[in-house]
Amino acid sequence: MLDLLWADSVSFRYAVDAPLVVDGVTVRLADGALTGILGPNGSGKTTLLRLLSGTRRPTSGRVLLGDRPLEQLSRRDAARQIAVVPQETELAFEYRAIEIVLMGRHPHLGVFTVEGPADVRIAEDALAATGTSHLANRFFHELSGGEKQRVVIAAALAQSANLLLLDEPTASLDLGYQLEIASLLQRLNQQHGVTMAISTHDLNLTASICRDLILMRDGRVLAAGPTASVLTPENIRLLYDVEADVHVHRGTGHMTVVPVKRIAR
Amino acid sequence: MSIRRRITIVIGGFALFAIAVMLWAPTLGSTPISLSQAFDRSIPWDSNVDAQIFFVARLPRVLAGGLVGATLAAAGVVLQALLRNPLATPFTLGVSAGASLGAMLAVTMQLELSVLGITSIPLASFAGSLIATGIVYALATLQRRGLSTNVLLLAGVTLNAFFSALILFVQYLADFAEALRAIRWMMGGLDVAGYFPIIAALPFVVVAFIAFAFLTRTLNLLSVGAESAAAKGVDIVPAQRLAFLSASLATGAAVSLGGPIGFIGIIVPHLVRLLVGADHRIVLPASALFGAAFLVLCDLAARTLMSPLEIPVGVVTALIGGPFFLWLLVKRS
Repeated sequence: MLDLLWADSVSFRYAVDAPLVVDGVTVRLADGALTGILGPNGSGKTTLLRLLSGTRRPTSGRVLLGDRPLEQLSRRDAARQIAVVPQETELAFEYRAIEIVLMGRHPHLGVFTVEGPADVRIAEDALAATGTSHLANRFFHELSGGEKQRVVIAAALAQSANLLLLDEPTASLDLGYQLEIASLLQRLNQQHGVTMAISTHDLNLTASICRDLILMRDGRVLAAGPTASVLTPENIRLLYDVEADVHVHRGTGHMTVVPVKRIAR
Repeated sequence: MSIRRRITIVIGGFALFAIAVMLWAPTLGSTPISLSQAFDRSIPWDSNVDAQIFFVARLPRVLAGGLVGATLAAAGVVLQALLRNPLATPFTLGVSAGASLGAMLAVTMQLELSVLGITSIPLASFAGSLIATGIVYALATLQRRGLSTNVLLLAGVTLNAFFSALILFVQYLADFAEALRAIRWMMGGLDVAGYFPIIAALPFVVVAFIAFAFLTRTLNLLSVGAESAAAKGVDIVPAQRLAFLSASLATGAAVSLGGPIGFIGIIVPHLVRLLVGADHRIVLPASALFGAAFLVLCDLAARTLMSPLEIPVGVVTALIGGPFFLWLLVKRS
């Protein structure tokens, strides 16, 4: 299968004298992939997503989008192909949900161009795809955590990019919304052909929807490959210093992870 | 209604209001005059007293008020979005303190230079604003390759305090008449002598507004967050740099024309947001237009309320603006 996005031994530090946050990581996202990125806090997941989206440039190594180095693309061109759902969205002013979603059209508009009917239709489709059409004219800050997250995903969809990078999309959500977002992402991947990488702490979410996993620890890749072969008790122990049982849940056919106890490193 | 249409209609409405205020304000004052008589070309200029009062005495002052009000309100909008802080004003980043120190020094050192008819106080205050901008910008870019808005904010607030201390110190050393003159300047005043000071400030303001025009949609994205704006195609550092430098330049020009008139830069943007929402493509031009009208009205109050005595316009904006803003805060919470 074709590699859509390829990080070739990338490293990154935030300041000259700071330690490497991402250290020689190689990651391939095939067209149509639904890949989870797992790792403890501070393992470099968020930074890796920033390198993959091109909002930060690697200190060494390079990221290729198709066959072009990502850094050769303007921000605008990159944003037409790669959309990002950040971990948290804090607004400084009171925007309505539809305004947030329309901001996704930014890379497709000229400096003085105003969103036309086609852009509005794309934004409305994005709201519909995330089940938030009824929230269009509500103020973003008045929405619940799950509603906000779905509107932010809609804004990313409105970018009409074929790559979607999500940073802990379910981190602040309750169980119901977690499942809702999970099935939304799965649907977007399967029906709309959006290639995705999702960083998360939620082992069972990744086990249920991600076909591939990348395990990161201390800025390095610990293991990568198909979910079934990567999500082993041994890898979970190396990743989190936690002893865990991994089963296949009979009802859903997904793998499930049951953490047992913390072990000394 | 399409988005373009909404933008046009709202901005058009604000423009009509601003124009109406700016035509009406010059007719009021110690001597009432008639607009139709002032614009009546059949009466010779020498005998048309209404035209003389309108065009010579009052219109320059109204235009100065319009220019300063529009600039401070628009600069406030830009800085609030850039710093992602609704409490930012055009003076938050030290520009006005630098300008005030410049004016203070010009008064106490009795600088008598003048360039192209611009006197030493506006020249020195504009220079002071540029120096303050330069210092804050250098500090904010020193640490990293980008522009840190946190450092920008901290450096600006610190520089404000530092310059204020210097102003007090210079004032302490100055004699009574000089100190009084400088304090009067800091209260703000739009009694410009003729059109020339306005024309001198205009190019800087025009350049800044052209930059603002390029920034409007970007400001929407910046106010959602730099990281998310970058992911949606904004070149963050050039955009932030342009926003900071253009807003500072405009503020420096406005302050050297009218003095550091407070409150316009914060209450006008907030009021406009309450009326029209948060989209900067509307908020920015509407704030500029409403800021122009608001300052002209405040100046009208300043010169008529206690006539023949004049209240400093900066005092009027704060007296109207302060309680109004508190009311807004209480109402929101």
